[in-house]
Amino acid sequence: MADYSYIALVPLLPLATFVLLGLAGKNRLVKWSGYIGSATMLGSAVISLYAAYQYFFVNGKTGDAYAEITALRYTWLEFAPGLSIDMGIILDSISVMMLVVVSFISLMVHIYSVGYMKGEERVTTYFSFLSLFTFSMLALVVSSNIFQIYIFWELVGVSSYLLIGFYYQKPSAVAASKKAFIVTRFADLGFLVGILILAFYSGSFDIGTIINRATDSQSEAFTGLVSAGFLGMSALTWSLVLVFAGGAGKSAMFPLHIWLPDAMEGPTPVSALIHAATMVVAGVYLVARLFPVFYIDEIAMQVVTYVGAISALVAAIIACTQTDIKRILAYSTMSQIGYMMFALGVSGYGGEEGLGYTASMFHLFTHAFFKSLLFLGAGAIIHFVHSNEMKDMGGLRKWMPVTHITFLIACLAIAGVPPFAGFFSKEEILLAAYQSDKIVYGIGLFVAALTAFYMFRLYFSVFWKKEAADASHHGEGTWSMKLPLIVLAGCTVVVGFIHFGNYISSDGAPLPTHFDIRFSIAPVVSAVAGILLAAYLYKKESDRPAKFATALGRLYRAAYKKFYIDEIYLFITKKIIFNLIGAPAAWFDRNIVDGIMNLLASGTARTAALIKGMQSGRVQSYALYFFGGVVALAILLIYIWI
Amino acid sequence: MSASSVIFYIISACTLVTALLAVTTPRIFRSAIWLLFSLIGVASLYFWMEVEFIAAVQIIVYVSGIVVLIIFSIFLTQQSGAKMPKPALKRALFSALAVLFGFAFTYNLISKHAFTATSTQPFAVNVSDIGEQMLNPTEYGYLLPFEVVSILLLAAMIGCIVIAMKSPVKKVISENGKGVLAPRNEHKEEVDEVTS
Amino acid sequence: MQQIPIEHILFVSTALFFIGMYGLFTRRNMITMLMSIELILNSVNINFVAFNKYLFPGKLDGIFFTIFIITVAAAEAAIAIAIIINLYRTHKSIDVEDATELKY
Repeated sequence: MADYSYIALVPLLPLATFVLLGLAGKNRLVKWSGYIGSATMLGSAVISLYAAYQYFFVNGKTGDAYAEITALRYTWLEFAPGLSIDMGIILDSISVMMLVVVSFISLMVHIYSVGYMKGEERVTTYFSFLSLFTFSMLALVVSSNIFQIYIFWELVGVSSYLLIGFYYQKPSAVAASKKAFIVTRFADLGFLVGILILAFYSGSFDIGTIINRATDSQSEAFTGLVSAGFLGMSALTWSLVLVFAGGAGKSAMFPLHIWLPDAMEGPTPVSALIHAATMVVAGVYLVARLFPVFYIDEIAMQVVTYVGAISALVAAIIACTQTDIKRILAYSTMSQIGYMMFALGVSGYGGEEGLGYTASMFHLFTHAFFKSLLFLGAGAIIHFVHSNEMKDMGGLRKWMPVTHITFLIACLAIAGVPPFAGFFSKEEILLAAYQSDKIVYGIGLFVAALTAFYMFRLYFSVFWKKEAADASHHGEGTWSMKLPLIVLAGCTVVVGFIHFGNYISSDGAPLPTHFDIRFSIAPVVSAVAGILLAAYLYKKESDRPAKFATALGRLYRAAYKKFYIDEIYLFITKKIIFNLIGAPAAWFDRNIVDGIMNLLASGTARTAALIKGMQSGRVQSYALYFFGGVVALAILLIYIWI
Repeated sequence: MSASSVIFYIISACTLVTALLAVTTPRIFRSAIWLLFSLIGVASLYFWMEVEFIAAVQIIVYVSGIVVLIIFSIFLTQQSGAKMPKPALKRALFSALAVLFGFAFTYNLISKHAFTATSTQPFAVNVSDIGEQMLNPTEYGYLLPFEVVSILLLAAMIGCIVIAMKSPVKKVISENGKGVLAPRNEHKEEVDEVTS
Repeated sequence: MQQIPIEHILFVSTALFFIGMYGLFTRRNMITMLMSIELILNSVNINFVAFNKYLFPGKLDGIFFTIFIITVAAAEAAIAIAIIINLYRTHKSIDVEDATELKY
């Protein structure tokens, strides 16, 4: 087995950048911070690509299938012999893929940020946070130990918090960062409980060991997991559902999605990196990592499927009504992740059955490219127009040609139009869904149509709708902003042709995917229909959209208000949790806990005040007490003890 | 009931009564005089017990030394004819009870104890015997305590002088021109000067 | 002499001791407290002499104790008077209730 320990450099280079830039302070190294960050990311990306080349093409296979390679392992905290939290790096087909995705997208975002954040104060801080995030995400995807995943999971959450709240003078940004952190933290509670249940029964925190023991129906771990139960569900189901809850929080699945739209308060490159391509797919990655264990539990798979499908549907409906460009993209992300989730949910394990798994990972791969491309393009647009709202944009195709072409490519990809990347990955997902659950297939098809519709609604509103009235006071953007767009657009075109099944499948063995033209008719037709409807409504400025909206009436209003979910959450927290749980707990803490302490203190003080009267300073009283003591001692010694 | 027993009872009665008067009378000078009589009673008790030397020492030191010293100090510190304030009734009652209890307790112990004489020699105290044993460095001699006590007396003399010495008062001119007496902390430095 | 058992002499000395204690507890004047202390010391002397005479007639130790006690009592009385005079100078009174600097 080849030595892959140089993989450790991939997360460590960004860590070094974080430390260097973090210590440099917010005003020093201003000119260099972007270049330093980009340089280290380039190094990481190159090493990841090299490792991917080595793994996939040279010596990753054991026998016929891609095997898990432990690159490094270090025993960190040992609770009992056999139960320890190790720090380790494993290389698996999906972890190598994720390394490539994260480092490459992060590199693009770094280069883009050099131009986007120019002139911003605290640039050094920004790049240090970006490096922190990249380090955490890279370390998360190569973790060998589920507790290590949890550690880096939290670290990713913290980096996200820091980056969303980057413009901390804006109260909306601060509120958004807090919301993101609290919602994901709340979900992570479930994650932690799930980890503990799994580890308790499997006797280990190591992922490979957990998978081996939990899926082996002869092992005592398996019998323990399925026999122990709580409220009717077995421990296995509970642990998997809870772990999925953690993943759902991080991946903004319904109903824990409320933080993702608000997270758009952060700078746009941050949205591109974190909330489009990498962090939000951490939940999908987690399910994929533990997929063999998920597969053996029916209920958990159902939960994964339906949560994914519902998220996809709800997000697509809401995205049709939003006017803020970044929020549309955020809901679009949520919808695509829903696709990835339900693809995993309907998947089987091994061979042909594992199509869903491969499809999900493929969609993750392609989605990273075109979604980050969309966000970076949106960033260029916002940079140009100085506003996030669609009504301030229009007819920009004349002033921003590069952005226009790349944005169009990305929209076509996400709509699933061949030959762009999104077509291939989405088609495989729909195929997997068709083979197992027709309802989910139907939802997937409908959402594909909606996706095409709202993405092209966005495209036409930004680049076509009206003639550009304002003269271009400044250019499209520097080369540093254009280069990533071009590169990503190129990737979007090319990546779809990778025969993904050869490299990534649920059991490691290559999965031949057939390309059935007849099956692809339905998705392509629905996508084209969506595009045409969007063109009809939005290509020229008109009142057709408004009439359409009033025709839909209440449904439109509910979708516009994001189905009132935020209001429900606010109601639950303010009226129920604060008043019924928080206030009594605070009362208890103030009056009883503090009260006991104060009582002890005041009791002592009062006793002392009583006793201090004995020290009156009067010598004769002292003499009396002295005499009394002598007599008492005498009586004691003479009559009682002797 | 021989004559010596009667004499003993009379002497002890006088001693106790005068002692009681010494601690209860409100006038301080009278208290001193009652003390004087009490001490003379104790001296007569010594006489009765055939320890004439001790009786003599008692009269010389206690009666004419200490009581006179006490009387001088009474003169130095207050008007000797005035009545002293009576103690609080609670205090007096409580002390009386405590004292009576203590007395009963002690006398109970004493009376239960069987005192046995170790030898039946006649008790004869010669002054020469006392003198020889006092200055005898060996064989139950009290030479060392004798010397130590003499140093103690020397120390007591010097101590008395130092403690009771009045510090010389320095005049300090303050801002408004009036003289102010120096604080008593000066005394400490003077003491250090004297003893160093 | 033998007709008076030792307990009677001890009675006298004990009574004298406790009379002195009463004076120590009750009297407010420092000089009268000193006088009570002298009474206590005297009672102890009587004890010593009595024990020497009745229990150890061949030896003289009790008498020596008595001599030394008288000596030390004299020294102590002198020093006590010096202290009382010093205290009188600062407090302008020899009432023991006025000297309460040891109070909390």
